[in-house]
Amino acid sequence: MSVLETKARPEGWNRPPIIEPEGDGELLEIAMGPHHPSTHGVFRMDLALDGERVVKLKPVFGYLHRNHEKLGEGHSYLASMPYTDRLDYICSLTNNWAYALAVEKLAGQEVPERAEYLRVILAELTRVQNHASAIGFLLQEMGASGTPLMYAFREREKILDLFEGLTGSRMMCNYMRFGGCRVDASDEWLNATRKVVGALPKFVDEFENFLQTNEILMARSQGVGVLKAELAVNTGVTGPMLRATGVNYDIRKVDHYGIYDRFKFRVPLGAHGDIFDRYMIRMLEIRESLSILEQALKEIPGGPVMDPKAKIRNFRPKPGEAYGRIEAPKGELGFYLISDGGPNPYRYRVRPPSLINLTLLEDMCLGHNVADVVLIFGSVDIVLGEVDR
Amino acid sequence: MKTVEEIKAAIEAAVPGAGVEIVPNPSPSGQHSLLLKTETALAVAMFLRDDAELALDFLSNATGVDWLDKEVTEKVKVTKPVTKTVEGVEQTVEETVEETRKHLQPGYLEAVYHLFSVEKKHGPVVFRMRTGNRSDQVQLPSMTPVWRGAEFQEREIFDLFGIVFTGHPDLRRILMWDEFKDFPMRRDYVEPDDFDYEPTAHDEVLKRAEAHQAAECVAEPAGEGAGQ
Repeated sequence: MSVLETKARPEGWNRPPIIEPEGDGELLEIAMGPHHPSTHGVFRMDLALDGERVVKLKPVFGYLHRNHEKLGEGHSYLASMPYTDRLDYICSLTNNWAYALAVEKLAGQEVPERAEYLRVILAELTRVQNHASAIGFLLQEMGASGTPLMYAFREREKILDLFEGLTGSRMMCNYMRFGGCRVDASDEWLNATRKVVGALPKFVDEFENFLQTNEILMARSQGVGVLKAELAVNTGVTGPMLRATGVNYDIRKVDHYGIYDRFKFRVPLGAHGDIFDRYMIRMLEIRESLSILEQALKEIPGGPVMDPKAKIRNFRPKPGEAYGRIEAPKGELGFYLISDGGPNPYRYRVRPPSLINLTLLEDMCLGHNVADVVLIFGSVDIVLGEVDR
Repeated sequence: MKTVEEIKAAIEAAVPGAGVEIVPNPSPSGQHSLLLKTETALAVAMFLRDDAELALDFLSNATGVDWLDKEVTEKVKVTKPVTKTVEGVEQTVEETVEETRKHLQPGYLEAVYHLFSVEKKHGPVVFRMRTGNRSDQVQLPSMTPVWRGAEFQEREIFDLFGIVFTGHPDLRRILMWDEFKDFPMRRDYVEPDDFDYEPTAHDEVLKRAEAHQAAECVAEPAGEGAGQ
């Protein structure tokens, strides 16, 4: 029935292949990064090259490591909320939501309906701007210097203005709370959002029109960095990268967290698992997000945005543990919390989609030219703040 | 989706001598977990992945937890013979006395795994493994051969908690640098004063500056100290 059916697998099937260098020339070992313009931050790949072909690749992490999880153990539950903004700093609102969801599961907290709608609206806006800029960065790395990125950023700017209007900050939003949201959205804000959302399909059309049949994009991305469905699932790859391999797994559909079962939307799927499919999935997901946004903005009810019974001061969940996860733009973002009954979490763990999606970087890059490594890396869509934590 | 008890029964039917225990989770999330024995953990993991009904093909989250040595105080009722003088005659009477006992519960490191099924779209199934202690018996079997998703996460647990995963193909530090000695996520970890200390040519200047700041400022008589 599915692509995942084969069960009989030889031992070591999920390890990276071993590439033998051609000829007897010496291998060239280079450190790509940590300050390489294509690594989206400080990230290093130790490559061994046979001519231009990659025969070995080892990612090196930790340049941005600040032990976020230890910080979380030293603060109260609420005090960690602003720190979650700094994980994936492009999508602070989905980080907020994942953390709030995990704590709500831990404490058994209800969320009012209007707050759920606001969360969906903000999360989908976040997804739109993340995917648009991810595509922009990918094109930038393909050599389309600046222009597509600036097109994406032009639209992203409009969405960031909305974030600023509601939360007071463009990127570090710190908006969600356990049992609701921090402030209510005014009617003016909702109208402004409707206006921005109404204008976005035109941008997506235009963007797609420029890119879809572009020869350079097709030549450089089709059949490059291919990932097999079975290996992707075994490795825990999530998000657009998993769906590009043809696996139908979207946590919004699987877990129905929040109120996602109320909206009609489809899950776009790829077939080849190459860079082009990943690009395509992101493009289609923008469209689906816009349709969710339209429905949510039409249906949003009145009422409080914070559960009146929610405890803000002296918040001490009963001993126990909870794992909460959401479909963040980059994949499954989860928080695992253990409470010992005190004001701080005993254990605070972030399940970073960016880091786990990078597990297969070596498998995807082996045998390709070094110039393709840049593209494959860009198509994974990572943020180092989340990888290194 | 099966409950934890049903999963436990299925495991024990499939893997003889699995010895799975259920760790209850009192929080409203209700995510109870299975405690696996280290000897059979790999076989149980294979079963969880390949069983047609469970089909837990997706390891989402793997992480460590550090549980320190704990002093447990409990009140125990003890019956013991007490010598008493009743009406001038010495007698030995059995009496029940409440006693407070203290004993040290040894700490351990724990690895926690969250599994989901992409095929059946259910989850999470949580399982955990515990090390013997926190110092020398810190080996656990690696889950990387079963789920590749554990590769970087187990490296991270090794790096930050110090659990050694046997059977891991590439167990190195991942976030901290290779020369780093300690395990920063342990509860009793103490940060050193200065991570980046390296002797430089300016050490003496720095020492003089420190001494200067530590010394009290004494007002010197006017005219003598000035201009020297």
